[in-house]
Amino acid sequence: MRIDLEPRAEPSRWASIAAPVVALLLAIAIGGVVVALLGKSPVQAFSVYFIDPLSASWSLQALAVKASPLILIAVGLSFCFRANLWNIGAEGQFIVGGALGGWLALATHDGAYQQSLGGWWILPAMMLLGIVGGALYAMIPAILRVTLGVSEILSSLMLVYIAGYGLDYLVRGPWRDPQGFNFPVSVTFDPEATLPSLIADGRLHAGVLLTLAAVLIASVVLAKTMFGYEVRLFGAAPKAARFAGFSERTITLAVFAISGGLAGLAGIIEVSGQINQLQPSISPGYGFTAIIVAFLGRLAPFGILLAGLVLALTFIGGEGAQVAMKLPLDLTSAFQGILLMCVLAADVFTRYRVRIVTGAAR
Amino acid sequence: MNPDIVQLVLVTIVTAATPLFIAAVGELVAERSGVLNLGVEGMMIVGASVGFAVAYMTDSTVLGALAGTASGVLMAALFAVLVIGLAANQVASGLALTIFGIGVSGLIGSGFVGQKRTAAQALWIPGLSDLPIIGRLFFGEDLFVYAGIALIALVAYFISRTRAGLTLRAVGDNHTSAHVLGLSVGRIRLLAVLFGGGCAGLAGSYLSLVYTPFWSPGMTAGRGWIALALVVFASWRPWRVLGGALLFGGATVLQLHAQAFGIGLPGQLLSSVPYAATVLALIVLSWRNRRGAAAPAMLGMPFISDR
Repeated sequence: MRIDLEPRAEPSRWASIAAPVVALLLAIAIGGVVVALLGKSPVQAFSVYFIDPLSASWSLQALAVKASPLILIAVGLSFCFRANLWNIGAEGQFIVGGALGGWLALATHDGAYQQSLGGWWILPAMMLLGIVGGALYAMIPAILRVTLGVSEILSSLMLVYIAGYGLDYLVRGPWRDPQGFNFPVSVTFDPEATLPSLIADGRLHAGVLLTLAAVLIASVVLAKTMFGYEVRLFGAAPKAARFAGFSERTITLAVFAISGGLAGLAGIIEVSGQINQLQPSISPGYGFTAIIVAFLGRLAPFGILLAGLVLALTFIGGEGAQVAMKLPLDLTSAFQGILLMCVLAADVFTRYRVRIVTGAAR
Repeated sequence: MNPDIVQLVLVTIVTAATPLFIAAVGELVAERSGVLNLGVEGMMIVGASVGFAVAYMTDSTVLGALAGTASGVLMAALFAVLVIGLAANQVASGLALTIFGIGVSGLIGSGFVGQKRTAAQALWIPGLSDLPIIGRLFFGEDLFVYAGIALIALVAYFISRTRAGLTLRAVGDNHTSAHVLGLSVGRIRLLAVLFGGGCAGLAGSYLSLVYTPFWSPGMTAGRGWIALALVVFASWRPWRVLGGALLFGGATVLQLHAQAFGIGLPGQLLSSVPYAATVLALIVLSWRNRRGAAAPAMLGMPFISDR
């Protein structure tokens, strides 16, 4: 038996909508088998993972807050991936953005700046610093690639570990709260440095609005501007793009700046909206999960919006399943890996006609 | 410095380098066939958990290592279905394999956290192993080290001296011509990818059977990625992988010893040395080589037969 692939002239429109849905269903089915192998009820697990989080207001808010960084990072990554560039260090850019933005909150903590300048400027400045931090950190692999041809895949990934150790050092060392009973955490941010809630006493914070804005802007830029066209052409037909005079260097630097900047923004939103202080670890792997979000969303901003909600559901459902069913948290990561494999497998049907030839037909 | 300490440092460098070069030489074969498998980290960590679980249950290091190797082959088969069978994007598929492997290894290993075994026995040849400085270094390592070096010699011979090795390189450098010549591109790539998976699995079981020797979640700590970088660093040549791995092993050990001697640098800075060294090595290499000159030309590109 063998599999024959015949390229389609045009990607199938029907298949490109159906593929992610089929992939999700397939992944859920495989996940169910894994749960059964662990000796638990797949039906109960499905309900804990995918239904329970949707049934209460607080968990719906948690869902939006968890999906927000995933969507922001994935929207940025979609620019890179579309241009056939592989920034897989978003986790590191997230950390640097969160740390640099968080630094301003620590520097202005109960300080004279706030009283004399009113304090309103602190949050916007933190967001800006988050973007700048993430974008600058993403410039390292981008510049190494355009000047020396260093593989951006490996360099961006190595920088994740370095960023993680860097934040760990800062929080255990110079940024530690002197009154914190020796816990490795910074002081709690002032209200001026904390993203406001959208609902009284709720968890939903203003960062969610920034995420929605990013999705809208990204979809316009990708679909309607010359830059978006260049990025898409560059990924689909690099020779044609070079012939048309597009600069590989400019596009590489630009998409890395966009993805790094959005990852950094996600970092500072998480720090100032959720955690409200700096601690040794500020991400449960958002930067890596966002890669799955980008592919499940078919590298399109609105698709990513939906995909981000689905993967946020697996995070929240995973925590719920740990408490309610004693299912290990690793199941979430295993499921996410299965999901990405299913998405990539299903994607084949949009680009090729697939025929399975049995031995006799050869 | 005391010669015993020198010997101890040298031996630990080899121990730190072994999982790196075993995984890297496997990936090298896969890449020479034109397939970039970024799932090394995932295959390695599954190998570590399966290797430890089986060794613990059967009380046999050899069975553990075999099972770890087999689990790496299985993981690689999953990857092969995606990228060879379905022509899926290799970068994304490799990442999926790594994310999946980290989760699965946690599930497999969850019952073994905190369990301990004695590390695999090192070889001991009376007389030779007692020699000062070089005795243990050359004649007193564990069997994995010798097996790993034999593997490199074998791969080096295979790639440059055999007809099958020539076929492998032909497929990696121009799959269309290879196909026209009647070579089965898919089958050759499948074998190369499976070999790479086996090596990654073996390297992972080395970590949990010799290096630590226990299972802890996430214990590969990026070594799979460093192995990938080593292949680039070695310009896809087997013996250079060994040299590169010893350099990286040196960086890791230096960092550990610096921490032990209480050198006045923050621990986190020292811990990030291997990762920074990897970036630096990639930079130095790119500086020396012209862009991508040494890489297999078809690396990362799917092959679709037009029959």
